[in-house]
Amino acid sequence: MDKFETLTGIAAPMPLVNIDTDMIIPKQFLKTIKRSGLGANLFDEMRFDRQGNEIPDFVLNQDAYRSAEILVAGDNFGCGSSREHAPWAIKDFGIRCVISTSFADIFYNNCFKNGILPIALPQEAVDVLMKDAEKGANARMTIDLENQTVTTSDGESFSFEVDAFKKHCLLEGLDDIGLTMEKAASIDTFEAQASQARPWV
Amino acid sequence: MSPKTLYDKIWDAHVAHEADDGTCLLYIDRHLVHEVTSPQAFEGLRIAGRKVRAPEKTIAVPDHNVPTTAGREDPKNMTEDSAIQVAALDKNAKDFGIHYYPVSDVRQGIVHIVGPEQGWTLPGMTVVCGDSHTATHGAFGALAHGIGTSEVEHVLATQTLIQKKSKNMKVEITGKLRPGVTAKDITLSVIGETGTAGGTGYVIEYCGEAIRDLSMEGRMTVCNMAIEGGARAGLIAPDEKTFEYVKGRPHAPKGAQFEAALAWWKTLFSDDDAYWDKVITIKGEDIAPVVTWGTSPEDVLPITANVPSADDFEGGKVGAAQRSLDYMGLTPGTPLSDIEIDTVFIGSCTNGRIEDLRAAAEILKGKKIKVKRAMVVPGSGLVRAQAEEEGLADIFKEAGFEWRLAGCSMCLAMNPDQLAEDERCASTSNRNFEGRQGYKGRTHLVSPGMAAAAAITGKLTDVRELM
Ligand code: SF4
Repeated sequence: MDKFETLTGIAAPMPLVNIDTDMIIPKQFLKTIKRSGLGANLFDEMRFDRQGNEIPDFVLNQDAYRSAEILVAGDNFGCGSSREHAPWAIKDFGIRCVISTSFADIFYNNCFKNGILPIALPQEAVDVLMKDAEKGANARMTIDLENQTVTTSDGESFSFEVDAFKKHCLLEGLDDIGLTMEKAASIDTFEAQASQARPWV
Repeated sequence: MSPKTLYDKIWDAHVAHEADDGTCLLYIDRHLVHEVTSPQAFEGLRIAGRKVRAPEKTIAVPDHNVPTTAGREDPKNMTEDSAIQVAALDKNAKDFGIHYYPVSDVRQGIVHIVGPEQGWTLPGMTVVCGDSHTATHGAFGALAHGIGTSEVEHVLATQTLIQKKSKNMKVEITGKLRPGVTAKDITLSVIGETGTAGGTGYVIEYCGEAIRDLSMEGRMTVCNMAIEGGARAGLIAPDEKTFEYVKGRPHAPKGAQFEAALAWWKTLFSDDDAYWDKVITIKGEDIAPVVTWGTSPEDVLPITANVPSADDFEGGKVGAAQRSLDYMGLTPGTPLSDIEIDTVFIGSCTNGRIEDLRAAAEILKGKKIKVKRAMVVPGSGLVRAQAEEEGLADIFKEAGFEWRLAGCSMCLAMNPDQLAEDERCASTSNRNFEGRQGYKGRTHLVSPGMAAAAAITGKLTDVRELM
């Protein structure tokens, strides 16, 4: 997995609340058996019309935001399905960090498995960051995972919370499965005990 | 011993390893797999040279993408990309030695309907699937939740999931439901109350008389939509109805094993003085038949209400409500029961079980549809067979419904079952997101009885008027 340490980049504002996984990547793009290439269809139905032309109003179609690496979004980002195609598409587009007041549980976890940092902050902080993002390409935000801070282009800084284990994995780019396999002995022991206690499972 | 919730008890029975910071490896008893979220996980195993750790606890069935029309055993009758995903699942099931129900098998169906039907889902288990509606299995008192593809790969390789414990929320529905009010109305009303993020960080246990009174089918409908409320999982404590449902299913324990299992299952309830981080109480008699008007499952109102206006909301929801109204093509103040419907969809893991089909058929008996198109997609081949045996299929067909083969179908419209642009649908599924049932399609979520009522009148309709 790709490491995430610090990131300084353009942030795109998407103040809409409840941005769901069907918006992030509509189901017609789930028919792939690969993880790559989904960035072209990120937010497809908001970004393109039926003929495939860009919808100019959509934030990522504006020149200032085409190379955004951060998304500042409304409450409850990523609600809906478990599709990991959502973070795959976000990452493939080039976005490495999403900031909101809250995230749906499965989406939140899926981000960490793909080198994306989701940051949840109180409404007041997100409001400030949203304003900063609205300034366009000249305003660059900085995310520092080690120190757990987001800094606006004006130098205003906010601290965020992140689970210590998830942070460690992201900073080091660690693969979960490899880490868990190191604990195979515990799983063996548990399995042996459970098959005694609940042989019907 | 300190008092525990049902969630605490199941959790404690499945922790295989706990790190100092509370990060746990939770052992997984059942892993359900389908064709859309698994190919990349199996590919990951192959690349790393890993095996499936517990193939006997892993069950696969294609459902999301498969056609629901006759002749689908032949891949030529699938779109090319669907055929590729189904072929990949065929191959992965075979190569890794996991249980498999191919499309040609009468037991095939929506993964969350097949699991309980075959007795794979049992009380006290941990159940995961690369699909958010895994919450359905919580109806059995199993801790069940959706996971992403990386986690699917993690469970395949290690039979565990890296987890931190969620908080406990109790949702109590007291008293009796009024006539015409169903499990779907309960679960939508709860989301209307809490919002789609209200359950974030929690596992919900549903309890109270109205929940006890529900059949297993109804309980599955309630737990199914726990995810729409943002919760990691929904749970209902198992009772005699649960044990009765489970007994005799193909993969349920038999004889002495069943008795041993039963003894443990009977300990699976929340202790009286257990601690709850959050409690919500709703009176059963206050719940009405509801519909959604917008593009979030929290946009719920009684069928007797009017379309709201964006000004009725606050904060970020004002913009979202306006966007929903525009998308749905609705004018504030319009009575919901004046909204004309083009299509009716009955099916999905929310409402594709036999009881749902019975409820719809009851309303439809001897009537004809007034909508352009109406479709029943049974949740499994066995539900379909039973409905045919009970004569329900004939009622649907005579009314003008299409009688389809089992699958997810228009719940997410990955196969050809899709709404056209601006087409308006009364649907028994669980998501009314923009584009969910087809590009620019408009979805109103309802119970099976309400869907049937809309089919007959051509408008969103209070089912109580037809009872
Ligand atoms: S029926 Fe709908 S919600 Fe259920 S598993 Fe299929 S797509 Fe998901």
